[in-house]
This record gives sequence, C-alpha cells and structure tokens, in this order.
Amino acid sequence: MHLLVCIKQVPNTNEIKIDPKTNTLDRSGATSILNPYDAHAVEEAVRWKRALGGTVSVLTMGPPQAKEVIQKSVELGADRGYLLTDKAFAGSDTLATSYILSTAVQKIASSIPVDLVFCGKQAIDGDTAQVGPGIASRLNIPQLTYVERIIEIKPEQQTIKVQRHIDGGHEIVESKLPCLVTVEKEINELTYAPLPDMIRAVRYHPVVWSVSDLDADINAMGLKGSPTAVKKIFTPKQRAGGEIWKGKADELAKKLVPLLIGDVLSCRQ
Amino acid sequence: MSEKFDAIVVGAGVSGLAAAYVMATNGLNVAIIERGRKPGAKNVMGGVLYRKMMEEIIPEFWKEAPLERPIIEQNFWLLDHNSVVKTGYRGMEWADMPHNNYTVFRGKFDQWFAEKCVQAGALLINETAVKHCIVKDGRVIGVETDRPEGDLYADAVILADGVNSLLAKELGLHTEWRKDEVALAVMEVLKLSADKIEERFHLNRGMGATIELFGDGTDGMVGTAYVYTNQNHISIGCGALLSQMSERTTTPYELLERFKQHPMIKPLIEGAEPCEYYAHLIPEGGYRSVPPLVRDGVLVVGDAAQLVNGIHREGSNLAMTSGRFAAETVIRAKEANRFDRQTLSHYERLVRESFIMKDLKKYKTASKTLEDNPDYFHHYLPAVNDAMKEMFTVDGVSKSEKQKKIIKRFLRNKSVLGAARDGIKLLWAVK
Ligand SMILES: Cc1cc2nc3c(=O)[nH]c(=O)nc-3n(C[C@H](O)[C@H](O)[C@H](O)COP(=O)(O)OP(=O)(O)OC[C@H]3O[C@@H](n4cnc5c(N)ncnc54)[C@H](O)[C@@H]3O)c2cc1C
Repeated sequence: MHLLVCIKQVPNTNEIKIDPKTNTLDRSGATSILNPYDAHAVEEAVRWKRALGGTVSVLTMGPPQAKEVIQKSVELGADRGYLLTDKAFAGSDTLATSYILSTAVQKIASSIPVDLVFCGKQAIDGDTAQVGPGIASRLNIPQLTYVERIIEIKPEQQTIKVQRHIDGGHEIVESKLPCLVTVEKEINELTYAPLPDMIRAVRYHPVVWSVSDLDADINAMGLKGSPTAVKKIFTPKQRAGGEIWKGKADELAKKLVPLLIGDVLSCRQ
Repeated sequence: MSEKFDAIVVGAGVSGLAAAYVMATNGLNVAIIERGRKPGAKNVMGGVLYRKMMEEIIPEFWKEAPLERPIIEQNFWLLDHNSVVKTGYRGMEWADMPHNNYTVFRGKFDQWFAEKCVQAGALLINETAVKHCIVKDGRVIGVETDRPEGDLYADAVILADGVNSLLAKELGLHTEWRKDEVALAVMEVLKLSADKIEERFHLNRGMGATIELFGDGTDGMVGTAYVYTNQNHISIGCGALLSQMSERTTTPYELLERFKQHPMIKPLIEGAEPCEYYAHLIPEGGYRSVPPLVRDGVLVVGDAAQLVNGIHREGSNLAMTSGRFAAETVIRAKEANRFDRQTLSHYERLVRESFIMKDLKKYKTASKTLEDNPDYFHHYLPAVNDAMKEMFTVDGVSKSEKQKKIIKRFLRNKSVLGAARDGIKLLWAVK
C-alpha cells in the first residue's frame, strides 16, 4: 500500500489575536504547527501501513520552514516527505492549492502508484475544508469526507469501508481504491512517538520540488490562479452574558414560562 | 543497543546550548534533549544577557542574534512606600559596539542559539523529557527519556536541566533545595511602543536601560524587583526568597500587581499591555549550596548547579561559562578516552578558578545576612529615603538640625555601635 497524506503548516490559532482597531490578524508571536487534523491523518495512515505493510508519504506546500511539519510527520511514523516550495505558489487560494497539490500527487504516483490519499478535515487557519475535495475531483477519484473511522481496507479487492460523520448521525460507506479521505480528530488518538523516530525526524530532509518540477500551468496558481478575495475580517460581537436566577425550582419555573411563551410569540410575529 | 553519542546534554537552556555548541564545533557527536516544544519555550529570564561570556562561545554573536536593546544605563533604586532614592550609571561607551550587555527574550534567543548548535552538527530533540540517568557500575552511561524505546547512550552526560534538576538530585549530588536556597520570581512582559519606552526612560533610539529595585518592590522581603526595556516591551518582575514568600498570604502574582501599582513604577508602564506572565525559581543558595559538579560520566552546569549570583542578577553568564567549561572538559576526556570522575574534575577546577566561584564566594553570606537582619529592608532603607527627603525639603529648619534628626531616626531603638555593626555586616556581605 502507498498511503499519501497532504499536510499543512498553520499558525497556532490559539496564539493569534485580532487587532480590534485594524481588524487584521496579528500573527506575531504565534508559533507554527502541523494542522491538528492532518496529524490525525498521518497517524491513521501510519496505523494502516503497520497493519497492511507499505509506505506512508507526506506532501505539503509552503515556505522552506514547512519542512518542520514533514519532520513532525516522520516523528509520527511517515517514511517520506515532499515539500513544494516556490514563489510562484505564494498567495494561492483553495482552488489553486488543490490544483498544485494534485499535480504533485500525480507526479508521486507516477513512480509509486498511490492507493489512498489522506487529508485533514480542514485547516484550522482557514476552516474551508475545500482542498481535500478539490484534489479528489481533479484526480477524478472518489472522496470520503468527515471520516471518523476506517472500518476496513482490502488491498486485494482494492476497497475501503469507512464511517463518516454526518449531521445528526453516522454513515457507513464503501468505495473503490484509489480514493481520498478527509479525517476528523476522533479517528484516532495520537501516539507518543518513540525516540528512534524522533531522531530520524530531526535528521530527515524532504524531497523539495519547485514549480519547474511539476507538470503544471503557472497561470492556474499563485495570485493569478486564485479568484478568492478576502473582503473583510472582523471579530464577531461578544454576546451579552445570560441571567442567572437562584431559588426554588417551581417558583423559578413560574417566572420562566411566561417569558419563554412571550419570546416564542414575539418570534412568530 | 541504540546509537551512542559522545555526549548527551539534558536541557536546551543557555548552559546546555553553550556546552553543546562548544562540543559540536569541536567535532563531537552531541545530542541535546529538551522537554519543551522548542528551546526557550520554557525558559524564563528577565533578561539581561552579558556580551563577554556569550562572545567567548560565539564570537561577534551580536551581529546576528535576536537581541532587544543594548543597555547604556543601569539603575539601583531604594524603594520605600511613597518615595525612592535613586543611583545609577549611564555611559555612552556602552552605546558603542561591542556593547556591555543586552536585554533579550529567551524564547527567541535560545531558539537562535539552538539553531547554531544544529548547524554545528548537534542533534536537537525537542518535546522529550529525560526521566533518569542510566547508571551502570556507578557510572552514568546514558539517559532514559519518557518516550517509547527512549534510552540513549553516551560517554558523558551534561545535566543542564535548570534549577529543579531532578536528575542531579536522583544521583545524590544534592538534596531538595531548602526554601532559603531558592527565590520565587514572577515576571510579566508588557507591550509598549518603542517611542514611549525611549521617552519615559530618556533613551536614544534603540538603546536600553535597566532598573534594579530593593525594598518596597518585594514588600520588604529579601529579593529584588526589576524593570528592563526591550525593543517594544517592558519586562517587569520581582522575586523573593521562597522561605519568606511562603510565610506570606499574598500570592506572588499579587506581589507583582502591587509593584506595578507603586507610584514610582506606574508612570513608567502606564498604558502598557500585558502579554505574558511567568513564574520560576531562581537558585539563590550561592557558594554554600553548590553541589559536587561531577561524577563518573556526568557533569552538572548552570542553574542545576546553583551557579547564580543573586546580588548581581547574574545567572545566564555563569550558566554559559559553566557550560563551556564542561564542554572543554568533555573534549579533553574524549582525547584521553577517560570519563571517570577524576578526569572530569578538570571541570570543577575550571569553575573554581574562574569568576564563577570567586564571585559566589565573595557574596556567600549576602542573602543570609539580609534574611537574618530584617532591619536592612524595614528600617534602614526607609530611613535613607527619609534622610533624602529631610535634606531636600526647604522648610526653614537648619541643615545641622536636620542632620541630627536624621541620625536620630537612623538609630531609633539602636545604639550607635549596633547600627555600626549592622552597617559593617552589610558591607562585608555585599562589598
Ligand atoms: C524571572 C527571572 C529573571 C532572570 N533574570 C536574569 C537576568 O536578567 N540576567 C541573567 O543573567 N540571569 C537571569 N536569570 C537567571 C537565568 O535565567 C538562569 O540563570 C539561566 O537561565 C540558567 O540557564 P540554564 O541553562 O542553567 O537553565 P534554564 O535556562 O532553566 O534551562 C533548563 C532547560 O532544561 C530543560 N529541562 C529541564 N528538565 C529537563 C528534563 N528532565 N529533560 C529535558 N529537558 C529538561 C528545561 O525545559 C529548560 O529548557 C533570571 C531568572 C528568572 C527566573
């Protein structure tokens, strides 16, 4: 099995503030991390590699320091990493990014065929959840999004069965391989990497590709290839805190019910 | 058995990084193990970094290291409730390269320093804690980390794991520090524009100042408070002996808040926005608390060895220099291929013969003298403030009468002899 995971380096959103005056993101001081959903994707790929045999590759597009998330993936057990880095890629939106990544997947697959592509459900800095599906449609392979469990993979039959998270429940689906899955955090618990993997990661240098290494149309990438424009960033208004009443339950209920009825009536109007 | 290194350094603080850098640049195969997410992530410092000791490790480091401001003015304030007596020194020779010292953020600085170590060939493993030293026949031969398959072996292990040094304790090099051997320090980083900083501290563009305060900043406890200028931030903090802090009901955080509200401090930090808050221990035991520094296969450096000069808030420089000495010793040991205690005791000798032990010895009674004589902080320090007020207040009372009044207040409940004795003791302790 060749399992390929697309990963992204993101700013730790817990450390990002929005400047209330200018409404811009203040990323200073925020550290960069492997997108948490992607970490679970790598973990899942590694688990299936251990169960079925094979290789796990990871692929990322980003600045040279995005090498760190490849090393992090090697810690988690990935075997190989590809870093796409070029000024031509800068400013790519989800459309252009999924295009660039799909050309890289094709290039990787041309030397070792890829059975399964993993992505995180979404990246925590944009929350779009578009890049995974974008890659799948460009590669013309099935996509299984919001996967919370991989039930089985049958390499001989080239099939996969997963449980997806859907509104209000779960869905169990089967698909042919190759396909692309995007995973939820619930899919697994990250394991604490063994020391030899930590050492291997520190010493690991990924394969680095620039735009000339890909069979890609330069007009479909970067700012030129990105129709998305950010109109405005703002902090949502804080909601006023609720009221807390203390007292006997039945008395409070008497006080509450007329209010609720009043609210319902006013909503209906 | 897994790969064997020439040396393993536990902890990527300044002492550990100094040791690793010197060994790696001399061709040794070095692994650094740090429990934080990155070097500096867990390192707390006010922080004034001294050029000289860093330069001995990386010449001309100031050309590329992330530094905040070169210090051109150092102040000492004797702070009372509502007043202050100030002394200090500003020298323009400190404004020229190479500067005397700098403010730094350890988070950034340590990361840069670690990167230099990696470039020199050291292996840096983050997010991994060392749980024990592996000891065989009384000799340290490696470390056991908290990771699966986590043992790592080396000819020498350098413990640079900071003030708590559980590892040195486990080896029996020291016991739990007593509460009067450590200070609890709290600090905050406040954001303030460079313009405001330069205006309030009367600084030329890019230059910095420090203020060290005794007295009310620690609410009369033995310790110091400080205010340092960074590029766009102020570092402010205070710390006092744990023995005294733990007798109080006020929390360290409240102590710092109180300090920030002090009428002499408030105007300096008006409108500055809190960004980060830290609390950390500082070794203050000094000379008498320094444990044995070597055993078969192991050396202890920096805070882990209590190498801090509390009176002069010097810690990072002693840490770096001890790290360098340990590295030089391991390089020598490697040449001789002997890592027993006797060979490694070269390190102990280097430390003893350097400024590190000489300074610690000089101030060996300072903290204790201050702790045992609460009068210094509670009586004499306010009295000095009173004396200045008396002399500078023009109210028709003759100067000689004022002097009599001052002396009387100084001696309140004390004989001249008693006061003289207190004075001599203090001079002796901190001279
Ligand atoms: C508030 C404050 C202000 C200070 N101000 C100054 C100043 O202005 N100037 C000055 O010179 N000194 C100052 N000091 C002192 C100075 O910070 C220390 O002396 C210096 O950092 C000591 O360096 P070190 O490398 O020995 O230890 P540390 O810097 O504490 O580094 C120890 C490292 O070891 C790691 N570690 C610990 N245990 C383990 C383990 N088991 N496994 C793996 N890693 C481990 C820690 O995460 C840490 O990174 C200040 C200290 C404090 C607390």
